[in-house]
Amino acid sequence: MMLKGKAFKFGDGISTDHIIPGKYLSLRSNLPELAKHVLEDADPTFAKRVQKGDFVVGGKNFGLGSSREHAPIVIKMAGVSAILAKSVARIFFRNAINVGLPVLICNTDNIKEGDELEVDLEAGKVKNLTNGTEVTFSKMPDIMLGILNEGGLIPYIEKYKDFVVNPGKNA
Amino acid sequence: MGQTLAEKILTAKSGTNARAGDIVIAKVDVVFATDSTGPLTIRQFKESSFEAVHNPDKTILFIDHSAPSPAKELSNDHILMRKFAEEQDSVLSDIGEGICHQLIAEDWAGPGDVILGADSHTVTGGALGAFATGMGSTDIAVAMALGKTWLRVPGTIRVIVNGRLPKGVYAKDIILHLIGRIGADGATYQSLEFGGETIDKLPMSGRLTIANMAVEAGAKVGLFPSDNVTQEYLRSRGRSERYIPLQPDRDAVYDSAIEINAAELEPTVAKPHTVDNTALAKELKGVRIDQVFIGTCTNARLDDIAIAAGILKGKKRNSHTRLVVGPASQEVMLAAIKEGYIATLIEAGATIVPPGCTGCLGVHMGVLGNGEACLSTANRNFKGRMGNPDSFIYLASPATAAATAIRGEITDPREFL
Ligand code: SF4
Repeated sequence: MMLKGKAFKFGDGISTDHIIPGKYLSLRSNLPELAKHVLEDADPTFAKRVQKGDFVVGGKNFGLGSSREHAPIVIKMAGVSAILAKSVARIFFRNAINVGLPVLICNTDNIKEGDELEVDLEAGKVKNLTNGTEVTFSKMPDIMLGILNEGGLIPYIEKYKDFVVNPGKNA
Repeated sequence: MGQTLAEKILTAKSGTNARAGDIVIAKVDVVFATDSTGPLTIRQFKESSFEAVHNPDKTILFIDHSAPSPAKELSNDHILMRKFAEEQDSVLSDIGEGICHQLIAEDWAGPGDVILGADSHTVTGGALGAFATGMGSTDIAVAMALGKTWLRVPGTIRVIVNGRLPKGVYAKDIILHLIGRIGADGATYQSLEFGGETIDKLPMSGRLTIANMAVEAGAKVGLFPSDNVTQEYLRSRGRSERYIPLQPDRDAVYDSAIEINAAELEPTVAKPHTVDNTALAKELKGVRIDQVFIGTCTNARLDDIAIAAGILKGKKRNSHTRLVVGPASQEVMLAAIKEGYIATLIEAGATIVPPGCTGCLGVHMGVLGNGEACLSTANRNFKGRMGNPDSFIYLASPATAAATAIRGEITDPREFL
């Protein structure tokens, strides 16, 4: 899977509270409305500027905090094609894959706000088309790629009825 | 090559030779959700074509986070959960029975189990030698339906604690010290595996406190060996048959090792607004506290209440400091009543709240006012955690909490011992 888009750069420690500001708690069951405020506490203009296919680029410990899945869901609903970060909180990482949003762990120092990126999920490469640099991320386990390919865990299980170690071959 | 505790458990549950970094499909023994995460879990379950949960006898719905319900929206969530449990013939733990992680320890967890909960503090079960970890609602819905999950076998940090704990220093001080040392992301994706002579002697209540907070260092699990302490605890719970001995191999391969000398530890406090922002209690003398909360899945077991009651016996809370005590489960509460601890605490001016999460997550029974400071025995002090971003939370042991309630400011409990 190849992804292409613009980078939106954030710092270290973006928490699930930055992603879904507490004041919008009442919108919790109204996801489209909630998505209009995604990442508002970290960048108030993000939701208005982000376009389909763009990337959220963070620093260390992205997504720390609660185990709620609403956080990756609203980032995906905003059109983001993947999250790139130096490290990602464990439960957020799994939740993101389960809702069909790729999370790539790589060095994000050479990525600036607005850079054009090209991501090759299978090869594990991020090309920065703006400054010509390239970073690699450890290839995701097949099972995660399989879940992403189906658009999330529920569609994956609906299709395969089970976890399959190599979904491509068993399909 | 030897195996860590995490590798051993996942080898048995996956039928493969599980090594750090491998992806395995593991059988799940116990799976649960709470009234905080359960409603989304149930919706995900129903949106897919799942019909029945795989193992209804070990699928548990806990109503503990907002119990009894303080709002009609939450009451409706509770209805959804009760109905689902009835439809699926699965286990329901209703209001007042206690906090999920305490009840998992009392009645469910055993060495070698894989336990999944839709709550980050599911790691508590590691105290009994169970590979217990938190996941999001979709993972839990799928685990309920299939009775299995996929896991990446974590690498392990071996934490060795030797030396005698000084008077007034407890398991809570060990884990606060560790998190202060390695940081809130010091063990992300990894297993924390505890060992050493201090750990061997630590009672189950202390092991549960430490395992509970493994996630505050980012860990996937916090594992203890299964030994005579585990055996004795299971026996006391009428579950002797669940005992199997479980130790890591001597030649297990670790990512790193950390040594702690228990004899050098002192009462420790996490300051606002992160758990790794630690200091010694004596360094915080003079910090005024408006509310002391002795409760939560971290530190509200009988041993904890006994320690607090021991310090508060015959004394009064400071007139400007509210004292709220919430036992972790109905059984803990009953035992604390029988032992006379609850009477002691009430005589000292405590307000007793029902078994459950209560003040921990700021929904009800202990929400802080603007600018107020709370010293709590909980595991998290993030901004707004107790319902008000304009307040301050300090974390400490039940002994430090009791001493602080008497003085009205953060107090080293050794002043009362
Ligand atoms: S007591 Fe607090 S930390 Fe424990 S399960 Fe309840 S809300 Fe979570």
